[in-house]
Amino acid sequence: MDVSQYLEIFLDETREHLQSLNTEILNLEQDPENEDTINEIFRAAHSLKGMAGTMGYKRMQTLTHDMENVFSEVRNGTIKIKSHMIDILFQCLDALEEYTTNIQENSDEGTNDNEALIKLLNDCLKPDGAAAEEEPAESSSSSEASAPAASGESKWNDIPLDEAQKHVINEAIKQGKKVYGITVKVQESCILKAARAFLVFKAVEELGEILISAPSAQDIEDEKFELDFTIVVITDAALDRIIADIKSVSEIEEAVGAEMEAFESVKEAQVEEKETSAEPPAKKAETKAPTKAAAPAPVAGGAKQEKKAGAKAVGNRTVRVDIEKLDVLMNLVSELIIAKNSLVSASAQNGGESNAAVGSQIEYLENVTTSLHESVMKVRMVPIESVLNKFPRMIRDLTKKLDKKMELHMSGEETELDRTVVDEIGDPLMHLLRNSADHGLESAEVRAERGKPEVGSIYLDAYQDGNNVIIEVRDDGNGIDVEKVRDKAIERGTVTPEQAMNMSDKEIIDLLFLPSFSTAKEVTDVSGRGVGLDVVKSKIEMLGGEVEVKTRLGEGSTWTIRLPLTLAIIQALMVEVGGEKYAISLNSVTTLENIAPSDVKLVQSEEVIHLRGSVIQLIRLNEVLDIESTRKEGENMIVAIVKKGDKLAGLVVDKLMGQQEIVIKSLGKFIGKSRLISGATILGDGEVALILDANVLI
Amino acid sequence: MEELKISSETIQFIVLRVGDEQYGIDIKYVDNIIHMSSITRVPKVASYVKGVINVRGEVIPVMDIRIKMGLPEAEYTKDSRIVIIKSEQQGFVGLIVDAVKEVVTLEVDGIEKMAYDRNGKDMFVTGVGKHQGALISLLDLNEVLAE
Repeated sequence: MDVSQYLEIFLDETREHLQSLNTEILNLEQDPENEDTINEIFRAAHSLKGMAGTMGYKRMQTLTHDMENVFSEVRNGTIKIKSHMIDILFQCLDALEEYTTNIQENSDEGTNDNEALIKLLNDCLKPDGAAAEEEPAESSSSSEASAPAASGESKWNDIPLDEAQKHVINEAIKQGKKVYGITVKVQESCILKAARAFLVFKAVEELGEILISAPSAQDIEDEKFELDFTIVVITDAALDRIIADIKSVSEIEEAVGAEMEAFESVKEAQVEEKETSAEPPAKKAETKAPTKAAAPAPVAGGAKQEKKAGAKAVGNRTVRVDIEKLDVLMNLVSELIIAKNSLVSASAQNGGESNAAVGSQIEYLENVTTSLHESVMKVRMVPIESVLNKFPRMIRDLTKKLDKKMELHMSGEETELDRTVVDEIGDPLMHLLRNSADHGLESAEVRAERGKPEVGSIYLDAYQDGNNVIIEVRDDGNGIDVEKVRDKAIERGTVTPEQAMNMSDKEIIDLLFLPSFSTAKEVTDVSGRGVGLDVVKSKIEMLGGEVEVKTRLGEGSTWTIRLPLTLAIIQALMVEVGGEKYAISLNSVTTLENIAPSDVKLVQSEEVIHLRGSVIQLIRLNEVLDIESTRKEGENMIVAIVKKGDKLAGLVVDKLMGQQEIVIKSLGKFIGKSRLISGATILGDGEVALILDANVLI
Repeated sequence: MEELKISSETIQFIVLRVGDEQYGIDIKYVDNIIHMSSITRVPKVASYVKGVINVRGEVIPVMDIRIKMGLPEAEYTKDSRIVIIKSEQQGFVGLIVDAVKEVVTLEVDGIEKMAYDRNGKDMFVTGVGKHQGALISLLDLNEVLAE
């Protein structure tokens, strides 16, 4: 079966399931008795198994199958969760992760059978008494529950068969083949019933031949059936093999079947009748066994259905889109806005009578492009949650590996960021967290000596601040020992002793962001390989953000990452300074003021103004930008009040040109990241205007 | 015929004039050659960086190769051109030159390598080629674009 077209979906869904397994198993460790958690894990493992089976990844299927077995037992209360089981389960998740990565890279799951793990899993089943005896080899569930549902499901007996078909069945039996009637029930929440049925047909046809189905194959294809359909199969394979294959198709709630006997009414068959009739008792027994084995499925399916129905209602309204398509869309919107800006400036130059009509149309166009931009931005925004999710597990592993006690507290998982940023921010955050865990937090003994709680805390807080998203990684550990960094820098030859003595603490700490600078006394495999902070910094800067660290020795460090919310288009205030045009992000501008020169006071030889009760420092942009102001002596000054956090400053400009939506373009690597200029934009007349970063000026 | 084939490994160069000398740039690095257009000054950068220009919707930095080579700055004339270079490390960069003359094809064997220690404006030259009796200094773009 060609499944390559489903590969993307498979990978996405597998990742989601693995993530939820990770989260839920962590929860389980805290609360081993929680039934909801156990059910959730069972469901995720079950779906994974089904998906892997459908895609033909047998090893993955086997492993998930055994995981599912363990949880099935846990759910039935026959075994209890113990801490070593949690470890095993996490190892299983890692193995599954490995399969998934292999599949993504080579479309093949690899050859690692993980037999050791599977053995460990099966060992979990044993010590807890009777349940272990029932070896859960082939049947999808080994529970001892009775088979209440089976009787009502044996619809294969009602299938209308004509003489020819009966003849075929008898012939098949005569040739030693098996004939089974199987009824398959799909979940109520299943959307693409026909597709699922198709997969079932495919699976069955790999093992045998489908003689007839009810409803007919055509009706099933057209989705003209309720929740179940029945097939008659001629095959060499065993019934439970077929049933297992059918159940490996996802969203199949149940499949029950039994072997069919030869029809006596067919005359040609009479000769053989003795032979066949000799078997019935044996066959009856055979029939019962698989039915019983299959019966527990409805229990599982029922529970699954409830939750899934809830989740589906939301899920169905979404469409997965390749991020590249969104990039193209975003670029087109950028082009559209530049074109619109050209139109605005062209119509302003033209003058004439038609202007009013054109003007109102352009205004309308502006509204549309702005909304279009906002919509596209929103489409690209995803919660940062998908990245943060993996951290609790990582911290748990680090706790064991580093033998330190620590807890991770996260907030703001729902904060949204551009998809590209979210994709890239995971590694830097992971570095910072590992850094905090390894270098930041002290061992329990040291913490006790210092009177700190034995369990170290690492905080990860994400929140939106104006046009930025801030992510803070904080720990209550040792903080950065500036003197140690200073010594190390001298030892490494990064700076000379003279230089080092003249550097401020902040400058010393910034050395940490240089390539190949690690202060860890020992190199561990957690961090301290010297590839870390420089990568963090360059990655974040690549995303247009910045990272800074504040630290107090003995009290802990705070790493603050500031990322731009939007990457491409902003609302800007256009100003003129010395005849040159500049853009200032409207987000940082609070008010515009007209200030008489006499209102400017000097405080500590800095120019300030008093404005509504606060003292605001004046920054003459022409001086910052090395250019002559066009403002005449004694004229009032135009001041744009900008803010950064709680700080305010007044930027003195020569002229205001109004507000404009601008598309941010990079200045190119050659000029590099000028601190003052955050980028450039192309104006309506084709000229380039620079974008001033007000945050740097304050 | 045989001999011709052996020596037929050639490189095409764009020949430009800076001051009184002719320089060549390997054509594979040249993206575009445009007339002077309005340059937006960028504050706080090296003096040879004249600013940025808009080329088909992209913002591209431009540098004055005269200043980089230590020659006196000169007025731009109607012959002045901006040669847009595509560099792997630096992305697109425009070079302001006094004039662009022609494209020549030089045989690799005919190019004389420069001596190892280069200085002054020679430090930007990797070799010298001859074309119709005139000397063409071949530019080392890595050096030209280096900070």
